[in-house]
Amino acid sequence: METGRTRRRLPLAYLGVLPFFLYATAFLFWPAAKVMFGAFQDDAGGLTLDHVQKLFDEPYRTAFKNSIEVSLVTAGLGAVFGLLLAYAAIREGTPRFVRAGLTTFSGVAANFAGIPLAAAFIATLGTIGVVTQFMTEQLGFNPYDHGFSVFSKTGIEIVYLYFQIPLMILVIAPAIDGLRREWREAASSLGASSWQFWRHVGIPIMTPSILSAFVLLFGNSFSAYATAYGLTGGSVGLVPITIGFYLSGNVLDDPHLGQALAFGMLVVLALMMLLYIPLQRRASRWSR
Amino acid sequence: MAGVRLQSLRRRFGDVVALDGIDLDIASGEFVSFLGPSGCGKTTALRLIAGFDRPTSGRVFVGDKDITGVAPNKRDIGMVFQAYSLFPNMTSVRNVEFGLRVRRQGRGDRRTRALELLELVGLGHAADRYPHQLSGGMQQRVALARALAIEPRLLLLDEPLSALDAKVRVQLREEIRRIQTRLGITTIYVTHDQEEALSISDRVAVLSQGQIEQIGTPAEIYGAPATPFVAEFVGTMNRIESTVADPDNGRVDYEGSSLAVDAARGRQRGERVLVLVRPETVQVEAAASSENGLTGEVVSQTFLGSVTRLRVLAGPAEWTADLSAERAAALPIGAQVSLHFPPSSAKLLTLEGGAAEGLEAAAADSVE
Amino acid sequence: MTPRRFIAPSAVLWLLLGAAYFLIPLIATLIFSLRSNQTGTCCTLENYGTIIHDPQFLKTIKTSFILSLETIFLTLVLLVPTVYWVHLKLPRLRSVIGFMALVPFVIPPIILVVGLLDVYKGTPTWFYAEPYGFLVAAYVILAFPYMYFSLDTGFRSIDVHTLTEASQSLGAHWTTTLVRVILPNIKSAALAGSFLTLAIVMGEFTIASLAVFDTFPIYIQYINQNKAYPAASVTLLAFAITWAAMVALLAAGRGRAPAAQGAR
Repeated sequence: METGRTRRRLPLAYLGVLPFFLYATAFLFWPAAKVMFGAFQDDAGGLTLDHVQKLFDEPYRTAFKNSIEVSLVTAGLGAVFGLLLAYAAIREGTPRFVRAGLTTFSGVAANFAGIPLAAAFIATLGTIGVVTQFMTEQLGFNPYDHGFSVFSKTGIEIVYLYFQIPLMILVIAPAIDGLRREWREAASSLGASSWQFWRHVGIPIMTPSILSAFVLLFGNSFSAYATAYGLTGGSVGLVPITIGFYLSGNVLDDPHLGQALAFGMLVVLALMMLLYIPLQRRASRWSR
Repeated sequence: MAGVRLQSLRRRFGDVVALDGIDLDIASGEFVSFLGPSGCGKTTALRLIAGFDRPTSGRVFVGDKDITGVAPNKRDIGMVFQAYSLFPNMTSVRNVEFGLRVRRQGRGDRRTRALELLELVGLGHAADRYPHQLSGGMQQRVALARALAIEPRLLLLDEPLSALDAKVRVQLREEIRRIQTRLGITTIYVTHDQEEALSISDRVAVLSQGQIEQIGTPAEIYGAPATPFVAEFVGTMNRIESTVADPDNGRVDYEGSSLAVDAARGRQRGERVLVLVRPETVQVEAAASSENGLTGEVVSQTFLGSVTRLRVLAGPAEWTADLSAERAAALPIGAQVSLHFPPSSAKLLTLEGGAAEGLEAAAADSVE
Repeated sequence: MTPRRFIAPSAVLWLLLGAAYFLIPLIATLIFSLRSNQTGTCCTLENYGTIIHDPQFLKTIKTSFILSLETIFLTLVLLVPTVYWVHLKLPRLRSVIGFMALVPFVIPPIILVVGLLDVYKGTPTWFYAEPYGFLVAAYVILAFPYMYFSLDTGFRSIDVHTLTEASQSLGAHWTTTLVRVILPNIKSAALAGSFLTLAIVMGEFTIASLAVFDTFPIYIQYINQNKAYPAASVTLLAFAITWAAMVALLAAGRGRAPAAQGAR
C-alpha cells in the first residue's frame, strides 16, 4: 500500500538526526533541566522554595543588583558607542578599508574576552598600569587617589565594553546598511535637517534592531564570568562569580544554592525578554 | 511658482564627463521631460537641480535666485524618486505630513492638508496604511502627494514609473499630468521611455552623453528630429543613406533609384545625406512602379496590435513600414512590393563622419 | 545631503576615539610585557622568555590545541550529517535546530557547568582524564551554534538534492556520498566553523576552571595572579593566537566573522 509505505518512511528519516538530538539532550537539555529542578529540591528529595527565597538575602541580593546594573550599563553604553562607531565607519565618505578593518577587529575583540582581556586592562589601568602611571607622572593626577580602581564594579564596566562595543558593531551593521539612501534624500528634499531625519526616520527604523542588540548585549554581560574573575578574582559580587564560588568549594553551605542562583539568572534573562517583546512589537508595528 | 534656468551646467566624475555644459530655460508652470538612454546625464542633471550633487561648474537658477550653493533641504523643491522613498515607519498620511511637520505646521492643519492631497491622488482611503501594505503604484502616488504637500516651487520626478507595470504606468502618468496642470507647478520629469515623455510633456529635452541633443515640443522631437541620435532614439525611423541628385527639383539618389524628397531642395548636389522617413508614412503595394518608388521583397512581418510592421529589403537597406493588419495580410513574406512615401514627409540630415557612430549608439539605446 | 567626497568630521572623531579605546590597552600590555621584573621599567624580553621556557606554557597550549581538534572533529561528525539530513529530508526541522542553536546563549557556560558537574559527577575517571572527554563534551555544546550557522549557510548555497541524487544514481552508498560528494562542497563553511571553534576552545576559561582542568586559559590566569609582567606577555601571545585564527577564518571562510564568545 502506498500510504503505508510513506508513513513508515518518515520515522526512519528522523533516525538520521537522532545522534545529534541525543547528544544535545545528554549534554545540554538534561544538565540544564537538572539545574532548574535542583533549585527547588531539598536534600530529602521533596520540593522547597527555601533556596530561591535565600536569593533575596545578602550577599545574593547585592550580587543580582550588581550584575543587573553592570549589564544595563554595558549594554546601554555598548549599544550607543557601537552604533556611533558602526555608523562612522559605514556612512558615505568614509573609505572602504575603515569598515573592513573595524569589522575584522570587532571579530577579534569580541573573542578576546576573558582572562587575557582582564590582564590587558590591569596592565593599562591597574595600580602600576601604563595609563595610570602616565596620568600620575604627566598630568599630576592619580585616579587611585580619587577613589577609582580598575578592580571595582566601574572597572568591570570599562573592561566589559571592550567586547560589548564590538559585538554591537557586528550586530547593527546590517541595520545601518538597510537605511536606504532614498529615505535620507527624500527627507532632505522635504526640508528636514540631519537631526530631523534621524529623529523621525532613521532611529525609528533602526529601533527594532537596536532593541534586539541591547537584549543580546545584556545577556552577554550578565552571563560573563572569566573577565570579571580575571580582573577582580571574585572580590566584586556578581551572580556568575557567586556561582563559581559554590563550584570551587568556597563558602556556600548548600549545594542547591548554586542551582538556585543559576535559576535566578534564567529568571532575570526571562524577565528581560518579557520586557523586550512588547517593546519590539511596538517598535516594528510598521513592518508587520 | 517659478521657472528654472540651467547655465552651462557641467559635472565631471574623475575622467568621466556626466554633464557637458547644459543650458536650458524652463518657464514657470511648464512640464519638461529629460529623455535619454541610461548614462546620458538626465538623472545627474536632476540631482544637481535638487541639490544632492554639486556641479563641477555652472549654475542653477530657480526663479531669479541662484541656488547652486544652497543645501538640498533649503531649496523648496518637491522630489519623487524611482522607488522606496516612502518612510517605512510612517503611515501614508504621516509620510505626506512629514514636510509640513518639519516646517512646524500645527497638527490639525497638517493632517487636513495631508488628507486633501491623498484625496487628490485618489488614496484618501489608504491614509492609515503603511508603505509595505501598498502596491508600487499606490506608493508612488503617496510619494507624489508628499512632494506636493510642501507647495514647492518646482517638482522633480526621477523615473517615477520605471518600476511599475505597464498598465499602471500609463494610468499614473496621465494622472501626474492632470494634477500638474491643475496646480500649475513647474515640473521636470526624467525618463528613458520616449512614449512617456512624448505623451505628457510640454517640451522634451533629449539628452545623450551629457549634452542636450534637441529640445522642443513632442511633435517637433518626433516629426523633425534635429540629429541622427534623436531620429533613432525617438520612435522608429527609416534612415536611408543617399546622395543629393537634383537640388532644384528635390530628388536624391539611393542605390540607383531616384527618390523625391522636398527637403533636398537647396542642398548641394552630391551631398551625402540621411533620409529620415517614419514607418507610418511608407506605403507598400504589391507590384512594381510609381514615381517615388522602390522595389523590394517583404522579409518579415510583426504583429504589433494596432499595426503590423513590415520589413522590406529594398536595395542594401531594410525598410520598416507600418500597415493595418488587413493590408499587411495581402503582402506575405517573400512578396515583391513597391515602396513609396510622400516627398514632403521625409526629413534630411547631413551625413557627417561622426553621424554613423551616433546612429549606432542611438540604435542600441532606443526604446520602441 | 550632498554626497560626501571626504570623511565626515564627526566620523573622524568617533573613529579616533574608538581606535584609542581599543588600541591603548594593547599598547599598554605590550609596554607592560617589556618591563623588567627588577626595575619595573622598560625594556627587556625576559618576560617572554619566562613564558616560553615555562614547561607549563607549552603543555597547556598543546592540551588546549588538542581539545580544539577533538571538539572540531566531534562537532563536525555530529553536525555535518545532521545538517545534511535536515536539508535533504527534514526541512521542517530546520527551524527546530535553529532554535536549539540559540539555547547555549540562554544557558551560558556558567550555568552549563553547574548542570554538567551535577549530572556527570559519578562517571568513571577516564571521562575526566586526558584527553578530557568531559571538556570536549561541553565544548561541543559551546561550539555547536557557530558551527551550525556556518554549515547551514554552506548547505543552503549548494543544491543538496541534485548532488545526492546524482551520486546515488551512480551507485554510491550514503557514506560515500557524504564523504566524497557533500563534504568537499561545504568545505569552506566547515572550515569557517572550525576556526571559530578553535578560537572558542583556546579561550574558554569558565568551564575548564570550575571543572578543574589544566588548559591554556587556566595557565594564563595562574600567571595573571602571580606574575604581573609575564602576564602581559602571555596575554599578547593569546591575542596573537586569536588574531591568527580570525585571519585564517577570513581566508578560508566566506569573509564574515560573526562574534564568537569565548571565555568571558
